Amino acid sequence: MTAEAATPTTPQPAAGEPADDDGMDATPGLARRTLAVFARNRLALLGACLLAALLAFCFLGPLVHPTDQVHTDLDQASLAPGEAGHLLGTTDLGYDMLGRLMHGGQTSLEVGLAAGLLATLFGTVYGAVAGYFGGWVDAVLMRVTDAALAIPALFLLVVVAAMVTPSKPVLILVIASVAWLSPARLIRGEALALRSRDYVHAMRLMGGGGGRAVFRHIVPNAVGTMIVNATFQIADAILYVAYLSFLGLSIPPPAADWGSMLSSGITYTQVGYWWLIFPPGLAIVLVVAAFNFIGDGLRDAFDVRLQKN
Amino acid sequence: MTRFLLKRTGQALVVLFLVSLIVFVLLHQLPGGPARAILGPKATPEAIAHFNHLQGYDRSLPVQYGMYLKRLVTGDLGESYKLNQPVFALLTERLPKTLLLTGLSVVLAALLAIPLGILQAVRRGRLSDYVLTGAAFVAYATPVFFLGLVLILGFAQQWPLFPAEAPQAESVGGILAEPAGLVLPVVTMALGIIAMFSRYMRSAVLDNLGEDYVRTARSKGQSQVRVLARHVLRNALIPLAGLLGLYLPTLFSGTLVVESMFNYPGMGLLFWNAAQSNDFPVLLGVTLVVGVATVLGSLLTDLAYAVLDPRIRSVS
Repeated sequence: MTAEAATPTTPQPAAGEPADDDGMDATPGLARRTLAVFARNRLALLGACLLAALLAFCFLGPLVHPTDQVHTDLDQASLAPGEAGHLLGTTDLGYDMLGRLMHGGQTSLEVGLAAGLLATLFGTVYGAVAGYFGGWVDAVLMRVTDAALAIPALFLLVVVAAMVTPSKPVLILVIASVAWLSPARLIRGEALALRSRDYVHAMRLMGGGGGRAVFRHIVPNAVGTMIVNATFQIADAILYVAYLSFLGLSIPPPAADWGSMLSSGITYTQVGYWWLIFPPGLAIVLVVAAFNFIGDGLRDAFDVRLQKN
Repeated sequence: MTRFLLKRTGQALVVLFLVSLIVFVLLHQLPGGPARAILGPKATPEAIAHFNHLQGYDRSLPVQYGMYLKRLVTGDLGESYKLNQPVFALLTERLPKTLLLTGLSVVLAALLAIPLGILQAVRRGRLSDYVLTGAAFVAYATPVFFLGLVLILGFAQQWPLFPAEAPQAESVGGILAEPAGLVLPVVTMALGIIAMFSRYMRSAVLDNLGEDYVRTARSKGQSQVRVLARHVLRNALIPLAGLLGLYLPTLFSGTLVVESMFNYPGMGLLFWNAAQSNDFPVLLGVTLVVGVATVLGSLLTDLAYAVLDPRIRSVS
């Protein structure tokens, strides 16, 4: 939306040298180098460990600590942490807080991951088509993203969410429908640079069509940018889930996610039930930070020009 | 300069037109159409047909879009289903309050972030730099509403220094008359901005410190303070204007959360209440206005940027 005067604020993954046409799998050299640079970044490693721990907590935790997250138990309502064997206390409806944190985390992570990946995939194809074909196709496609980006994401998200009845798949679609815009713009820039490469010209001389160019040449060569962007997209998507739930527009109870847990905790700030607020809040901060650290690490790893031999 | 101005304004106009098109399309995606939304689930097919005819919803889409644009130009954004007031009137009452909240937050953030960023750059690699960078990372990953809740728990409950609810006055002046109530909402908004601005300032100052003119200034015997204030700061501050333009959408998204949390009577709260009651004219009216505000805001920052930095004009 802003003009060329844009300053380098958001992390813009650089193009990097093109990999082989078949993507990462066919070039173990690049893959290994990438991994090595990533592993040298301590924050990125910390992020990866954090993420692994959170995934284990949410998806394996319930095996160790099984709780009923569907039926309310008012006899056990609003217990402080430690009371009656509830490590993190209970909610106003008697749900065990530790168990609910795992249960809610599953929703947040599943929706966030799926929406982030979907947005990146769609945005990539959209951006690659715009950038490769150029001309009026590019002009039309990109002006549409400019306009949609001018509307603050949260407002657009709330309008779309208010029109539908939320469930997990619907929520994924709603978030992806807003989040694909920035990867589209990013990949379009990449495609603009890639389409004038010699091997793309050669392919065209041999009679290759636009579809082949986009899917066999542009997209595979933008894979680094895609992966880095997907990481940031997932972090954003997890935040969007939380924002929507917090604003009361997510999957209705007894389902929960970290945002809706916070939103129900807000009622009890006056009586000081801090355990309803800090655990889900910190969980969101940790997972978003983890994805951002990983994204930063991957950006350095894929940006070949930054690599020292 | 005139050419840049015209080109940039032209771009903004195209985007504005498309923003209105997006909002119009959304309006037509309403479940069951606007008639169902207004008349309710029990309306008879006859009533719906009559309503559609009266509103022109039985005409072709391009004609309807033309009518919609015509109404927009005259300031007619439709009528709230729930509040029975024109959306335009609601917005003219709420928008200044939202601009006050964002304005105060940006000013506070700039006042803190600029010195913090300079400090980090000058003390690069030392403990204070690491601590501040870490804090910025955490602030970056913290959702606004969690931050707000923590501030409420801390400074409204544990140590009751400030009220947890924003001033409820009718006018901007009335809100300013109760500064204590503004503290928590403004600080909540400002912390995220500080994290971003200070990160930018740190890298901008570091870049500038490595420039030849800094070495020249130093070799002429200028003090560190003078080098920073006269040379580095000037060059590092200009792009901050462009950064602010890019950041506007995020800023407005923030007001949505902060206003609904602290019950601040601005546009975000109006929007949130409308979302709770499916008041679509208000939802879409606010969306349009926020979109327009973003486009105009980034246009203005770009123009200011071009006035301050002649290189921008020639590049574009």
